[in-house]
This record gives sequence, structure tokens and C-alpha cells, in this order.
Amino acid sequence: MNDGTMSNGTINPVVPEGVTLPIYMDNHATSPMDPRVLEAMLPYFSGKFGNAASRNHSFGWEAEQAVEQAREQIARLIGATAKEIIFTSGATESNNLAIKGIAEMYRERGNHIITQVTEHKAVLDTCKRLEKYGYRVTYLPVKADGLIDLDDLRRAIDDKTILVTIMSANNEIGVLQPVAEIGKICHEKGVIFHTDAVQAVGKVPVDVQAMNIDVLSLTAHKIYGPKGVGALYVRRRNPRVQIAAQIDGGGHERGMRSGTLNVPGIVGLGKACEIAMQEMATEAERLRAMRDHLRARMEAELDYVEVNGSWEHRLPGNLNMSFIYVEGESLLMGINDVAVSSGSACTSATLEPSYVLKALGLGDDVAHSSIRFGLGRFNTMAECDYVADKVIGIVKKLRELSPLYEMVKEGIDLSKIEWAAH
Amino acid sequence: MAYSDKVVDHYNNPRNVGSLDKSASEVGTGLVGAPECGDVMRLQIRVNPETQVIEEAKFKTFGCGSAIASSSLATEWVKGKTVAEALEIKNTDIVKELALPPVKIHCSVLAEDAIRAAISDWKKKNGVAETEAVAAQ
Repeated sequence: MNDGTMSNGTINPVVPEGVTLPIYMDNHATSPMDPRVLEAMLPYFSGKFGNAASRNHSFGWEAEQAVEQAREQIARLIGATAKEIIFTSGATESNNLAIKGIAEMYRERGNHIITQVTEHKAVLDTCKRLEKYGYRVTYLPVKADGLIDLDDLRRAIDDKTILVTIMSANNEIGVLQPVAEIGKICHEKGVIFHTDAVQAVGKVPVDVQAMNIDVLSLTAHKIYGPKGVGALYVRRRNPRVQIAAQIDGGGHERGMRSGTLNVPGIVGLGKACEIAMQEMATEAERLRAMRDHLRARMEAELDYVEVNGSWEHRLPGNLNMSFIYVEGESLLMGINDVAVSSGSACTSATLEPSYVLKALGLGDDVAHSSIRFGLGRFNTMAECDYVADKVIGIVKKLRELSPLYEMVKEGIDLSKIEWAAH
Repeated sequence: MAYSDKVVDHYNNPRNVGSLDKSASEVGTGLVGAPECGDVMRLQIRVNPETQVIEEAKFKTFGCGSAIASSSLATEWVKGKTVAEALEIKNTDIVKELALPPVKIHCSVLAEDAIRAAISDWKKKNGVAETEAVAAQ
């Protein structure tokens, strides 16, 4: 494997010292848990097993104290107060609770919701369900760079608008929406602003006060915490936001989300937020340097590569690139010791490529050629070099196989060919 | 998704990659699929005018690993066959040989289409009627 040559038809660059295969570079999907987080959680699985809602004994108090500490840690990271944090099972639940809970609570005020086309399915499908119940939803388009046009937002708000839900950072292309400006517009118009900040929290500064965010979804497993635990920030003043519970039961979490709290998970989420708060600035700088290096190396050795989405307004660890005339799944197959993901449809049951990339106005062929590199806390520069070597080698090999690349090199205009769509 | 060993082998070591002179009278070219669908196959055959035997086959494919493997296999299979015999290759044979899962069946269909398109192009160039080949079967 390590001889740096081609053997058995596969491309095997030299594995740099300190790099072990496979390499995980898909941190937008999930992230490995930080050992410090695990350490903080462990006591709460066994010895400190109490129910945080048990008010009458020390086991309960101990659990409650741990939960309240986590609430503080989370609140501090986003500029909120501890009382404004509601624990959930993760961001999908947070998004559902926020959107459905607000829609229900403010139904008499109006029935109009505004979102945008590159949201996560947890937001889009929740909005679609509400449409069945008589709500009106506006799906704002995005510009070629992936950002919404603020004038579109201003125009879309009417007297029936109760909620604007726009993500902070996109999970595929990592672009950062102008959250502070959106918050300002919403507050001027008296509309509640929810943001799915799953990819942004802990990666870039998020401040609910400065950005006029009213409701915010976050999750632990994207910030080196455990899976199965998330939170919803719900503003308590200026304005006080109310949310109708979607799960009935014991009235936990100020009546907004019943269910016994996942104490070890919550402790992990709190610890993950504390670490992010301390290390975000230096970590962002390191990630950006690695990501820029990866991009530069691939651009230096390959033609017809394109970055998808705004480069300026982007998460430090995100690189989404199209290697045109090479199909994404075949590229993934060649770099099977590197975990990344593709916007190609071939990885799914449908033949449709990524709706996010299509929303940017990219042709399906460009979307089919895309790879998302998601760099995180535990990636190294040496890993980036290995990944670059590997991708460059495979793209060159697959282009030797690509009739499209050959045709383009011969000066044929592919758009002039009558393709038989199938 | 796990790939079968045969798909992996064809992907790592594709057979008969390349191009033939598409203006040559003994060469038939089939270009099927579309970039926006994520699959384009070009399959070319060189046919012996005397015997109608396919003496050489080349391909290039833009597509997933299963599409590459299907077209690579198709070139192996058509080589040495007569035009009439090559037309008998069915996509289901390719599915079976490569153990393609249901979501990848379209790759095999495309490979069959590519064989037919290449043969059809060769016939057109050489004034062979479509029905003649059917009769030969």
C-alpha cells in the first residue's frame, strides 16, 4: 500500500508519517467525539445516574446541577442566558419544534412562513407539512454564490408573516447566510427569526443578541459531542417567543419539551460548547489554512475544477468542489480510504443530484461531479496532502476514461450535442 | 454501497479504454447517455468487413463505478463476436455478471444501448439494413 506506485490499478500515494488510513474528512455529516467530552460524560452513565427532574434526593440534584451547568455552557457560546436553552434529541427535533411550535402558537396572528431553498430537509419537509395544514410558505431562491438576496426577503414579508427560518451555514457548501442582516429585518418587521445553526455554532461566532436571532437550533454531534442530543434557544425577552409543545408529557423544559433529560448527552453537549468557546478562533484559523492548502494543491494540478458557493462567506472547514467531466461517485470509489461525500445522485436511489447545488444554478453535470470535503478538529495538514495526492491521481485516471473530457479537449461544445436523456 | 469484486476489478483495471478513428468505414461509434444524468458511454467497434466479426472494441465512460464496469465488460464481450452475436447481449447478462444492485440496473441498460448504437452506426456507414442483422439472428 505504501510504495507510492500504482499497483492493481489503484492509486496509492505515499502515506505521510503520522497519517493512518482511512482518513475521516466528512465533519459536516458528523464529527468524532472529543476525548475531553467523553471524559466529562462518563460519570453520568453509571454513578451519577439520577433523573434531573427528581427534586427530592441528592441523585436528582446531582443530575440537575450537571444539566444546569451545561445550559450555562451552551448559552455562553451563543450569547444567550441559561433559561433560554431547551434540550432536545438533536437538530431535526429542534427544527421541527421551532417551526411547528411557532406556527401553532402564532396561528391567529398569521399563517405565512418564509424559508429558502437550500435549507436542510428537516426544515424544508417541516414547512411542506405545514402547507398541508393551511400555512403558506415562501421558499426564497439563492444567488449563484448560495446566499439569499435580502431584498427578496424584505419583499416576501407581509402582514401574515409569522416566521422567517433561514439557516446560518449550509451543510453541503458551507456558505454563511447574512444572519445579522436577516435578524435586523425580521425585528424591524416584528417577525420571529429562527435559524438552523447546526453547522455554524462552535465554528464561527454566533451571538443571538447581536444578530437578533429569536430561536436557534444546534446539535452536539457536529461539534465533537455525542449523537442524540441537541438544543433549541428560545428568546425570553425583546420579544418573548412562545412555542407550542409538540411532545406531551411531564412538562419538562418549561413545558416546551417533555421527556426525561438525557443527562450524559447534555453534559457532553455542554462540554463540547465550552471547548468550542475556548478554541474556536485558533481552530478556525488552522482549518482555513488546511482547507486553502487542499484547494490550492488540487487547482495547481487539475484543470476544470470549480469551487461551489461563496468562498468569502463560508465555514472555515468546508470545501465543496466540482471535478468536471468526472462523476462524483466514481471519484469516491477511487478514494475509498478517505471519507468525504458527493453531491452526485448516484449515491441515492433517485437520479437527481444535490438540490443545493442545483439551486446555485449549476448544471446537473457539474453537480454530479462535486465532492464535499469537511475538515474538522482532528484533521492534519499531512492528511490534506495525502487526500490531495489521492484525488489528483484518481481524477486524472478517470478523465482518461471520460469521453466528455476528451471531447472538450478536442474543442467540442458539449452543450451543442443532442444527448439522449435516459 | 458495497461494490461486487467484479465491479471493483473493472473499475481499477478497465479493459479496452480508448478511441478508434470514428471516420473509418469499418468503425462504428455509439454515444449514449447524457451528462446531466451522470452517465455518458462511448463504445466503438472495428468490424471485419469480410467476416462481420468485431475485432476491436474501445470505450470511454463518464459515470459511476458500475457504469464504468458495465461498459468495460461490454467491450470484452463484443470482441470476437459477429455483429449479429453481439446484438444478442442483454443488459440482464451484465447485471448478472457484475452482480449489480437494483439502483444500478440503468448502467447495464446503457451498456446494451451503447453496443446497439455502435452497431447501428457501423451498419449505416456500410449500407447494411437493420433487418439483415435481425434475419441473421
